[in-house]
Parts: sequence; structure tokens; C-alpha cells
Amino acid sequence: MESPLLQYLFRLGDDSLILGHRLSEWCSRAPMLEEDLALANMALDHIGRAKMLLEYAASFEAMGHSADDLAFGRDERHYYNLLITEVPNGDFAVTMVRMFIFSAFDVLRLEELSTSHDEMLAGIAQKGVKESRYHRRHAADWIWRLGKGTDESRRRVQRALHTIWPFTDEMFDMDDTERVLIEEGIGCDLHTLREIWKKDVSEVISNAGLTLPEDGYMHRGGRNGVHTEALGHIISEMNYGYELMLS
Amino acid sequence: MAVLTEAQTEFFEAKIARDEKIEPRDPMPDGYRAHLIRQISQHAHSEVIGMQPEGNWVTRASSLRAKLILLAKIQDECGHGLYLYSAAETLGISRDEMLAQLHAGKAKYSSIFNYPTLTWADIGAIGWLVDGAAIVNQVSLQRTSYGPYSRAMVRICKEESFHQRQGYEIMAQMMAGTRKQRAMAQDAMNRWWAPALMMFGPPDNDSPRSHDAFNWKIKRESNDTLRQRFIDKTVQQAEVIGLTIPDPDLKFNEATKHYEIGPLNWKEFYDVIKGNGPCNRQRMEHHMQVHEDGAWVREAAQKAALNGQKPA
Repeated sequence: MESPLLQYLFRLGDDSLILGHRLSEWCSRAPMLEEDLALANMALDHIGRAKMLLEYAASFEAMGHSADDLAFGRDERHYYNLLITEVPNGDFAVTMVRMFIFSAFDVLRLEELSTSHDEMLAGIAQKGVKESRYHRRHAADWIWRLGKGTDESRRRVQRALHTIWPFTDEMFDMDDTERVLIEEGIGCDLHTLREIWKKDVSEVISNAGLTLPEDGYMHRGGRNGVHTEALGHIISEMNYGYELMLS
Repeated sequence: MAVLTEAQTEFFEAKIARDEKIEPRDPMPDGYRAHLIRQISQHAHSEVIGMQPEGNWVTRASSLRAKLILLAKIQDECGHGLYLYSAAETLGISRDEMLAQLHAGKAKYSSIFNYPTLTWADIGAIGWLVDGAAIVNQVSLQRTSYGPYSRAMVRICKEESFHQRQGYEIMAQMMAGTRKQRAMAQDAMNRWWAPALMMFGPPDNDSPRSHDAFNWKIKRESNDTLRQRFIDKTVQQAEVIGLTIPDPDLKFNEATKHYEIGPLNWKEFYDVIKGNGPCNRQRMEHHMQVHEDGAWVREAAQKAALNGQKPA
């Protein structure tokens, strides 16, 4: 079993790696060029963050692996991202709702991690929080526009909220790995963030004239490497180029 | 458009003669305006359509570094498309009109993007050869006579040189790799070399619109001059990493100090321009589909803007 910090770096790194992958799938497919730029920007931020986290993990692991080996050399059961990051992009509304809901969470998590006793992690979080604040704002602006736009956009963004909501509970799950790190002043206590997150999300959604979904069945499992069917497709595509360069 | 008065014509011609830039509010002949709209919108469309063949490999890039660089490069191209649409808009045409012309087949984009990116090495070949050829052309266009176009080119050239290094790095890495990787790189070279050379357009004696473009100083150097500059530079780069130029007739002319190439298949070039290339239909259908799929988002954004300000 990996050390708690290594496991934690995988979790954070995989969140960014998989979300960055999903965002990069929009390349040449956005509703307007300005949004193609923004989606690529957010993808670059997350893939860049994954690279830093996995480079740190690789140095920490000291097994001679590179960040690429860690990013692209694992099988389905050894990715530890939150399931919300792997949900298929769907339409623009699903992508933006996921981006808003995740980024609102990510900003809070990164603010906490900015003061982590682990200096490297704190440094990565300090850079990341600036990016994620922008992601949150950009996506929140879209929630508002889609909510206040046409009947069709309102219908789509409301439907997207229902698609994404069952993946929100998992964001706040904590296990022994995380509890050990909180005690050491390295990790972030997610329970304290939940109410702040809920307030932020509720406000943005209600300002847009939309309804917060009821809590129903909640998906979980990513932190233990148990994913949705979508992940296998992501990694069989994502790991292709890496495998090519090994052959 | 009104016909220019004698004084306006004199003003325009004197500026051109003094090598000064023509600005959006300056008087200009209708032909000059039309030529620029055609050229700049074609250039913008090329940047945007070019996102497709490269975007085809973003999710499959060979490393985190390669993925970041490729995505940043495609993002640059998207940005270039935006500047260029804006530059064209200064001439009195809207982005929507330009897109409508593209979708109706009235406006073209660079034919090179009608070839497929089949393997990862194609991403190397595009960056190195296609962007390499584009840079030679765009460096020359920094001196074009229309101010907004010229300034867009200055900015674009700064980013393009990084793109070419990105492509060359992939090719160099593959040529230093396994037999399979070397074969893949050479195969990409074989498929992209001639299309890249044809990006400069037909030979000088067969280039229909060049005359006015030279007089107006929109175009500063001929197709063949630019093509030769690219060939001389690229042949040497290929040799350094061990790639073979797929041209049995290629030779170095000691007297002129230039490489000379064998004949190019211009019939294929014209066929692809006319729509008969491997990806013409695919590229246009993708662009139209995305435009259609995004319509509800653009409508929502417009409607929401009318509904007032978002709370801070």
C-alpha cells in the first residue's frame, strides 16, 4: 500500500488529469471561438496541474517512474479521480455545470491546501487556486447565462444539474488516508468545506432561476479505483501515445 | 462602394509607394478591399479548420508535456483565427458573414488541412512542415500593406516559431526512437512533404491574382521565392535527424546554392482545392455541425445579455 501522501497526490493529480482530458475533448468543438479558447485554457491548467502533482508523486515514490509513467501507465483500477471528473462531456450545459460544481469545490480545497505543511503541495495549490477561481467564475457566468437565456438553454442547464448532482457527495468523502494527512497538517478537511460549497452553489443556481436537485442516489468509488464505465474509454485513448513511444 | 475620387486614389497610391500602411479608415480601391477580405478570411478559416487535424491527437498525445504543448499550440491557432477575423472585420464584413461564406463553399481555407492526421508522427510533420511553411509565408506578410493584417502577422509569427519547434521535437524524438517509430516518422514525412510545398500556391507563371497583389503590396514575395526559402531550410533540418526527403530528383545546385526539387503534382493540388481531397467533406461537416450544435448556446448568451446583468 502506498503512503498516504502518495495516495493523496494520485487523487489530486488524477482529478486534474481526467478533468483536463475531458476539457481537451472540446478542442475545435465549442459553440464559439472565444469558448474554444476558454475550454483549452482550463484544460491546460488542469493537465499542467496533473503534471506537477504526478511529478511530485514520482519523486516521492522513488521507484524510477516518471510523471508520464504514472499518468499513462496504470490500469482502470489504479486511477483515483473523483467520478465527477470522468462524466462524459454531454452538451455544453453538462460541461459547464460540472465545471462550476467541481471548481467551486476545488477553489475551497486549494485554498486550504495553500497552507499545507507540505511545501511542495502548498506551492502547487497556491498556483492552482488562482486558476480555479477563474474556472469557477467562468462556469458560474455560463450557468447564469444559460439559466436566463432561452427556454431551451434553461431546460438543458436544469437537466445538466440533474446529471451532475449524483456525483457531488463523493467530493466530500474522507477515509483514513485523508484523516492521517489532516492530522499532519498536510491534507484538507473536506467536511468543513461542505457548507460553504453548498451555499455558493445554491446561490449561483438560484440566481440563475434554476432549481437545486434533491439528494438521491450518490455515486462514489473513485478514491478506491472503482469507476464508472467511462474511465476505461478515457484511459484506452489517453494512454495510447505513451504506449506507442514504448514500442 | 463608391468609386474613389482622384484625390483619394492619389492618397492611396502615394501611401503604397511610400511603403506606409493602409488603415481601415483610409480610402482604398474596391479591388484592394475585396482582395484583402478574401485573403484574410481565408487565412482565418485556415487557422480554425486547422484545429481539427491537430485536435484529432490531443487526447492521445505521447506525454503530458507533448499534450500541453499541442493543446497550447491549437489554442494559439484559435486565437490567430480570432485576430484575423477581427482584422477582416475592419474591412466591413462580419464574422457571421465570413462563416456563412465558408459554409456555402464561397470562402476557402488552406488545402493542407484536407489531409488526414493518421498517426502521432503526423502531429510532428504538421508542426514542422505545415507550420514551417506557414511561417515563411507569414514572415513575408508582416510587410503587407494593410495595417491590421500586418500587425496580426507580427504577433502570429512570434507564436508560430514555437509551433514549428514543437513539431520538429516530435520528429526528432521519433527518429531517435525504435525502428517502428522511425518508420512512422518517415511515413509522415512522405505524406506531408509535397502538400506542404504546395501550400505556397501554384508556380509564379501560373498564379492568377498575383499581379494586383504585388502592385498593392499585399503580397511582397512570389510563391516560388517563398517555396524555395522553405525548401532550403527544411532539407537541412531533415538531414540532421535522419529523415529522407521523398523526392528522387532532389539535388543541390552548387551554382545557385539552392536545392532543386522534382515536379509537384499540381493536378492533385487543384483537385483538393475543388473539394476532392480526403478530408474536405469531413472538415466542413465538422465545422457546420459544431456551429449548429452551439447555436442554442449563442442564442442563450444573447438573450441573457438582454435580460440584464449577472449578479456579481
